[in-house]
Amino acid sequence: MGVRHSLIIGLLALIGATLAWVYWDALIGHAGTRLAGLALERVPESGVSNPVTAVLLNFRAYDTLLELAVLLAAILGIWSSGPEARGFLPAGPVLGALTSWVVPLLILAAGYLLWVGGHAPGGAFQAGALLGAAGVVLRLSGEPSAGLPPLPWLRVGIGLGVLIFTLTGLALMALGQGFLTYPAASAKWLILMIETAATLSIGATLAAAYLAGEPVPARSTTQQPGGTRP
Amino acid sequence: MTNLLLAFDLLLSLTLVGLAAAALTSREPRRAVILFIAFGLLLALVWARLRAPDVALAEAAIGAGLAGALMLAAARRAARGARGPGGSESSAGQD
Repeated sequence: MGVRHSLIIGLLALIGATLAWVYWDALIGHAGTRLAGLALERVPESGVSNPVTAVLLNFRAYDTLLELAVLLAAILGIWSSGPEARGFLPAGPVLGALTSWVVPLLILAAGYLLWVGGHAPGGAFQAGALLGAAGVVLRLSGEPSAGLPPLPWLRVGIGLGVLIFTLTGLALMALGQGFLTYPAASAKWLILMIETAATLSIGATLAAAYLAGEPVPARSTTQQPGGTRP
Repeated sequence: MTNLLLAFDLLLSLTLVGLAAAALTSREPRRAVILFIAFGLLLALVWARLRAPDVALAEAAIGAGLAGALMLAAARRAARGARGPGGSESSAGQD
């Protein structure tokens, strides 16, 4: 505490004030052409009616692909830091019963968010986060695998989002379109397929991140008694 | 009605800044993480007020929920490391 902290906070406040000023100036001063109008105009051609999904999965699909690649890099980093942490003790009856209610509901809500993303707020990242949360709940209630499949399948699941996304882009290129330039007729189904793969991938990645290391293949019964309390 | 909403927005912004400062200056990692989760939940409310429900959903689920869970686990690990045999590195990390 003391001088150094107040100095840092003062500096941060200064940066914040500068950013606020820049934002204000950009908003008031130079009202040039913005992309929002153009994007909203073209939403009907994108295959979905939710403008946010249209931008994320169609107009700027490249950005979303790279976001998935960032997640992939993050989990590889976590796995390279060592084996997974020890699991938790099995849950008592109350937490166990709660878990058996909450986890199916989370999976159901994830499916709903994935589907509803086409025409209302929702989408792959939110749905994937719910799947990841289901994994975290399972892990906290004593399931050592956090609901994740064995390692070979887990690898497939984690890479699935980037894989399907890239393959779709390359296939479209082979058909004479641009990379990730969907033809209007099949845009909806291509987006849904990519989003489904991305949801599974994000969910698996986030749940695997909570294991805090690369899953140990033979962990089923030997580790159980030595677990820690949540 | 608009006055009430304005008051709500002001209160929300001030609480947000206060929580951010508290999380940044907290000495104990666990406390900082819990403050950060509260910060994330209020930030989701701010996104909802800005009429960006997509970002609000993502912030609540990922920013507050999963990042919070990950950081709580990391804080627990850090605390265990500080108490365990590897005390020298942790005491260097504290200052």
